[in-house]
Amino acid sequence: MNANIILSGVGGQGILTIAAVLDTAALNEGLYVKQSEVHGMSQRGGAVESHVRISDKEIYSDLIPQGKADLILSVEPMELLRYIPFLKNDGWLLTDSHTFVNIIDYPERHELYKQIKLFPNHIIIKATNVAKDLGNSKAANMVLLGASSTLLPISEESIRNAIRQLFEPKGEKVVNLNLVAFESGINLAKKYSEFVF
Amino acid sequence: MRNLVLGNEALAQGAIDAGLSGVYAYPGTPSTEITEYIQHSKTAKEDHIHYNWSANEKTAMEAALGMSYAGKRSMVVMKHVGLNVASDVFMNMSVSGVNGGLVVVVADDPSMHSSQNEQDSRFYGKFAMVPILEPSNQQEAYDFMQYAFDLSEEIKLPVLFRMVTRLSHSRSGVEFRAKKRKQNPIKLPEDTRQFALIPAYAKIQFEKLVKKKPVLIEKSETSVYNRLCLSKRDKSLGIIACGIAYNYVMENVDEDKDFFSILKISQYPLPKKKIKELYDYCDEILVVEEGYPMIEEILHNYFDENDKIKGKLSGALPLTGELNPNMVGNATGFFHDKPKKLPNIVKGRPPQLCEGCGHTDLFNAINTLLPEIGNKKVFGDIGCYALGALPPLNTINTLIDMGASITMAKGAADAGLENVIAVIGDSTFTHSGMTGLLDAVNEKTPITVVISDNSSVAMTGAQDSSAVGRLESICLGIGVEPEHLITIIPLKKNHDKNVEILRKEIWHKGVSVIISQRACVRLSRDKKEEIKQKIASLN
Ligand SMILES: Cc1ncc(C[n+]2csc(CCOP(=O)(O)OP(=O)(O)O)c2C)c(N)n1
Ligand code: SF4
Repeated sequence: MNANIILSGVGGQGILTIAAVLDTAALNEGLYVKQSEVHGMSQRGGAVESHVRISDKEIYSDLIPQGKADLILSVEPMELLRYIPFLKNDGWLLTDSHTFVNIIDYPERHELYKQIKLFPNHIIIKATNVAKDLGNSKAANMVLLGASSTLLPISEESIRNAIRQLFEPKGEKVVNLNLVAFESGINLAKKYSEFVF
Repeated sequence: MRNLVLGNEALAQGAIDAGLSGVYAYPGTPSTEITEYIQHSKTAKEDHIHYNWSANEKTAMEAALGMSYAGKRSMVVMKHVGLNVASDVFMNMSVSGVNGGLVVVVADDPSMHSSQNEQDSRFYGKFAMVPILEPSNQQEAYDFMQYAFDLSEEIKLPVLFRMVTRLSHSRSGVEFRAKKRKQNPIKLPEDTRQFALIPAYAKIQFEKLVKKKPVLIEKSETSVYNRLCLSKRDKSLGIIACGIAYNYVMENVDEDKDFFSILKISQYPLPKKKIKELYDYCDEILVVEEGYPMIEEILHNYFDENDKIKGKLSGALPLTGELNPNMVGNATGFFHDKPKKLPNIVKGRPPQLCEGCGHTDLFNAINTLLPEIGNKKVFGDIGCYALGALPPLNTINTLIDMGASITMAKGAADAGLENVIAVIGDSTFTHSGMTGLLDAVNEKTPITVVISDNSSVAMTGAQDSSAVGRLESICLGIGVEPEHLITIIPLKKNHDKNVEILRKEIWHKGVSVIISQRACVRLSRDKKEEIKQKIASLN
């Protein structure tokens, strides 16, 4: 077993939290993990990526080779497309439909959805809206993680435990919000047929 | 138990477990988390390990050497360009040698994710004639630390520990398996002449250093970290893979470890015999190294036979940017499918100054004055405010090295350019701007220095700035005239007032310093309170 996952988004959108949950869950299952991340820029608003690799054998490269990602999970649709060169032929694309517009030449969003739909394995969900309904749009990252759960090499229960473990210092309310967001994501993906815009 | 840690954190824990007594550092991506890990470590606090930030890399390294002089184990940490700043002490402490173990950790940034260049620190190690260790994964980053300190004490030299961005900033499960070693007691050098490099003693020391080379090479030959595996099946290609580059080779050969002959290098100076063995065994040699083609060049020297040696110089691998598994795959003949094309619709998304950042208000004020003073006269420096070089602000024209804003502005003013402005951050100013200001004051050079003071080293994640509460007194002490030392608050509502002050000082025919003071908006309330109290205690 060998899973290559690229997480992408804009600085401050919480992709490193998704990475931390995945790493923790995988390590708790006794698997090998490597996760490289972008650090150092304090300022917000730039493109951010993380490579997560999970395997039952020793992992060498910290970087996923191009053409070898099983899943690109993005918190933002244009940021999803930025990593297309990493996608495997039968790999999956999963993104929030919500756009983060902070540049003047940001593309028309329907064009972005169209491009994503050219790839057979894609899921586009309204994660930010769902998280907002739950009380905090910041939990969109956990909604997305939930939606990806059938594509991940780790069990849902391990992920729930990792969420508990990581958010525990922030209090029970935060733990529960994130757990509920995760469940909503699972359900959204189950019901998913096509993204209509 | 495996702990999920960054390469930087694994290294830091390794140092603590190796009996570290003090870490000295100035922040810089990708090295910053090493010192931060020790600052947050409970053990470090309990054991009174020194971990406060230094003003710059040179002061840090000298303090580390002082701690080593006293017999204790010390570590100094910086990003690659930091070693330029500390190179004076670095080159000389290889001549003096050390007393307690001293490890110099330098994190290189190939691909310049967050840097001005991609210089390769191994050249400094070679230049100074000290051993270099280069881990290839997080577990090695931890394990090597113990060895680094032992080696340093055994051969009485500083050891250079080279990291690169991808290892510094990648997490993995690491076993903290060493038994924690006690710190050294204070023990002064047997003979302090070693540390007194007047020519008579320096000559003796340098002679000693040069004579250590064969010993160091022998250490590399027998080091378990330089592993040679000769393939029984295939002699067509032998690979020399260093540090993290080893992973990209192994990623491609995957399970089949006997596919090629591989020499993994993690300790320098190079093990010449092992290299010769590989060279004689294989038809072709490929050098896979992150950074400049250092080993490839050395091999050309050794063997005088250019065609057999491949690498960055031969064009098998690119000369710029960091390596990745695909490049190494191509160079070793494991061709990957052509990756899918990046859709045209994707646009660049550079980082931006945060909403409400004080630097923006300062730049807006300066921009208002550009039509009257003329373009291309704003000399910049490094920090968050360097983003002022990008649209839409386009305020800053230069960024070279820390502190260069003031001195370049001075040079341009000396050349006869009028209304010259230098923009520098508070931390950059105390790092290496102050000395340049003294030059300008001594000559009454007509420049306006704007210190954009956000009470923090914001760029690298809001570390404490040595400048907090001291800027005014430093400037006055250097000799800036009090009437030309003015503090402004960069806020929208103060725009007109600030423009007026700037205008007046820019036209002043002497040194003016404007402190543009507003805390970074990303600082927590607690942090802001802490800063306020520090300032109050200084007044
Ligand atoms: C010699 C050297 N050391 C460290 C760095 C990394 N670095 C660049 S700017 C900077 C500090 C910036 O602080 P400040 O001047 O206060 O500006 P701010 O980011 O807070 O706006 C650091 C640590 C570097 N580029 N060069
Ligand atoms: S981190 Fe602070 S200094 Fe840097 S851009 Fe944001 S507000 Fe400005």
